[in-house]
Amino acid sequence: MDVLIVTTVVVLLACAAFVALVVPALKRQAPSKTRPKTPPAPEPGTIAAPAPAEVVVPPTEAPVEEPVEERAAPALDVPEPTAGRLTRLRSRLARSQSSLGKGLLTLLSRDVLDESTWEEIEETLLGADLGVGPTQELVERLRTQVRVQGSRTPDEVRALLRSELLTLIGEDTDRSLHAIRCPDERPSVTLVVGVNGTGKTTTTGKLARVLVADGRTVLLGAADTFRAAAADQLQTWGDRVGARTVRGPEGGDPASVAFEAVKQAAGDDVDAVLIDTAGRLHTKTGLMDELGKVKRVVEKQSPVHEVLLVLDATTGQNGLTQARVFAEVVAVTGIVLSKLDGTAKGGIVIAVQRELGVPVKLIGLGEGADDLAPFDPAAFVDALLEG
Amino acid sequence: MFDTLSDRLAASFKNLRGKGRLSEADIDATAREIRVALLEADVALPVVKEFIEAVKARARGAEVSAALNPAQQVIKIVNDELVNILGGETRRLRYAKTAPTVIMLAGLQGAGKTTLAGKLAKWLAKAGHQPMLVAADLQRPNAVQQLQVVGERAGVVVYAPEPGSGVGDPIKVARDSIDEARRRQHDIVIVDTAGRLGVDAEMMKQAANIRDAVSPDEILFVVDAMIGQDAVTTAQAFMDGVGFDGVVLTKLDGDARGGAALSVAKVTGRQIMFASNGEKLEDFDAFHPDRMASRILGMGDMLTLIEQAEQHFEAEATAKMADKLLRGGKGNEFTLEDFKQQMMQVRKMGSFSKIIKMLPGMGEMKEQIDQIDDKELDRVVAIINGMTPAERDDPKIINGSRRARIAKGSGVEVGEINQLVDRFFEARKVMKQMAGGMGGMKGMQGNPLAGMGGMPGLGGGGKKSRGKAQQTRPAKGKGKRSSGNPAKRAQDEAAEAARADAADNAPINFELPAEFKGLLPPDGK
Repeated sequence: MDVLIVTTVVVLLACAAFVALVVPALKRQAPSKTRPKTPPAPEPGTIAAPAPAEVVVPPTEAPVEEPVEERAAPALDVPEPTAGRLTRLRSRLARSQSSLGKGLLTLLSRDVLDESTWEEIEETLLGADLGVGPTQELVERLRTQVRVQGSRTPDEVRALLRSELLTLIGEDTDRSLHAIRCPDERPSVTLVVGVNGTGKTTTTGKLARVLVADGRTVLLGAADTFRAAAADQLQTWGDRVGARTVRGPEGGDPASVAFEAVKQAAGDDVDAVLIDTAGRLHTKTGLMDELGKVKRVVEKQSPVHEVLLVLDATTGQNGLTQARVFAEVVAVTGIVLSKLDGTAKGGIVIAVQRELGVPVKLIGLGEGADDLAPFDPAAFVDALLEG
Repeated sequence: MFDTLSDRLAASFKNLRGKGRLSEADIDATAREIRVALLEADVALPVVKEFIEAVKARARGAEVSAALNPAQQVIKIVNDELVNILGGETRRLRYAKTAPTVIMLAGLQGAGKTTLAGKLAKWLAKAGHQPMLVAADLQRPNAVQQLQVVGERAGVVVYAPEPGSGVGDPIKVARDSIDEARRRQHDIVIVDTAGRLGVDAEMMKQAANIRDAVSPDEILFVVDAMIGQDAVTTAQAFMDGVGFDGVVLTKLDGDARGGAALSVAKVTGRQIMFASNGEKLEDFDAFHPDRMASRILGMGDMLTLIEQAEQHFEAEATAKMADKLLRGGKGNEFTLEDFKQQMMQVRKMGSFSKIIKMLPGMGEMKEQIDQIDDKELDRVVAIINGMTPAERDDPKIINGSRRARIAKGSGVEVGEINQLVDRFFEARKVMKQMAGGMGGMKGMQGNPLAGMGGMPGLGGGGKKSRGKAQQTRPAKGKGKRSSGNPAKRAQDEAAEAARADAADNAPINFELPAEFKGLLPPDGK
């Protein structure tokens, strides 16, 4: 116990000393000169950089041709085409989301919209992990709209809700996956990051299938050298679709594995490199530094085209903090919302998108190998409202 | 924006200071704030509603407290209620009368079951048991390997007859494991099952079948502290599907408020038994309801701070430092070198602004804290690095030419070095005073530090908070002298919080050292 007290005192003293030393200096400087800051998080606009081609094929387009690769190696799985995956998986979505969309629809269709109805609407949204701020905003907008419209037929309500939800999700954001060969014929590099247990390795494996299904060649980098058997897990995924996995020793330096993967990818002449990283809580400074290093080291050879943050749909308000920190360290370019097939609604991504301008690019809808779908706001909202 | 409940409440009560009893309107205003705070901590909505009703009822009948202002009074009620729901005392594991005791783990994917299995095994092994891990997660690719590696690290036997990754029957594995355990004389069997969703009827059936096959003495529901509103649905689904006897909260080392703990405890009525808070196999502990309560409310959490400090500070260096501070004297002064080392150690715990925010009472100066840039610290370190050892030991010898050299070496302007040195002396003076206070504290050390969970400002009341109050007082004195300065204002505010706290805790037989009494403002705010 003595140690405890002593430790506390030392920490307190250190903090006090820090406050005494640094803060005044800071205050003094603040008005006169601006200190160099860490690079700001990417703005919404920067993500919309035009991609040469898109992996995401809108569901309306013609069905994708059979992937060619599998014929060469008959033992491999044939992943399903990505087009229309979301439509196919609509039933899964319904399981988790219908109560949200339908509930809102029912509430808004009531004859009299009194205070308690609005409260219920608010509760429905809060229950979807939307967060207090966005919820209040949406309710306010709906109120105004309803007042302006006056009469409400079921169709009008549906249209209203649809447009409001689309605005909330952000229809015009670029959600294409930049996992295509660069103009100079080098493979594109995708880094998959996130906290523990959100499904990074699974997502990486499924993403490989998505790319293979679209006729691309993929190389996997198992930079999760920390968790037991993570590399094996990734390799199992890779073997199923004939993607090679570059791995290092357990407990080795993840940056070196990532470097090696990108290097070998250039030699192997593949289209895309997917690097799976170890799960890390955003509060662990050391681990976040390590992640920053992985990205820096990879960038010595090739720019990182896509940094995907995997968020678990069950995550609550902490998801925003996670996204914020990861965005600061590795400049996240897209979000993969995993485990959306449960009862969780993943509303936190709305807040994330609003604050950081990072859009959801893929959603995971189940345990099946082909249950990762490109995210399409319109199809998603329709699925919500039709159930 | 206000971050914590205490800030919110303080804001809504600004005009009410000094009012003795809580009026109906006060309570309603408070209830709204509490609601938002709880929702932001991911407490499930139905639970929030119920909780607020309970708080309101208690607040109405609340006694006028001389020591607490209305905000504090409400917070105290909220905190008490929280601790109440989270479970007053922690339950221990039930062991079977005839070995082996079977513990089954269940939960969503990615909640951390496999890792937890290893931690639990290690913890039990340390307590003198012979646990055996059973790999009944045959779903996820390579989950079996993961458990084997975890088992190896924990130094316990893993029973894994099936390769997994979709091959094998988990029910059979679980059933066989019991015989295996008997045969090999293990007294505890920990069954790691696959992660499953509450809505997945088939998988829930499988979990129920595993349960029936092994008839576990304890079923533990493993839940991620970061989970949001879905916690209630999920917990209920598992309750109905397999049933569970206790809850384990994982990933508490993150900064999620962990409102899920409250939701699950309230909805299922099951106690949270363990908390897992780190990546290492040792990071596993019994659950502390009081700490969790403070965390959900977003109060500065001294205990977490201390724990983090313990993790990152080397005991030896700390002891040496404390010795220096306590003894003082010639040739044994706190030097810039010591200061630098201390800074580096604190830095290891994470960003400075976050640490300072963890200190109670700092919430009100959030903006200033947010301005703190850790880069500033690097500059200070750079300056110190630019000094010779002699200069670090005795900064008084730094004259003009030395100053110019240091400035050149560390890339700053000469003025900054002056300031650093000046502030260092000032800080050292304060530290000495505080160290004097520590001497006073020595007397307290004989007492057991039980009930330390008390949060300053909450009236949970404990020696720790008293100690803290005492330490912050000198800072107050300093603040009085010149308070145009934000840092000093910070200390001022901290001191204020501490003062309120001290009043609440009403030290019984504890005398402040004389030099502190002089620094204290006359009581009666």
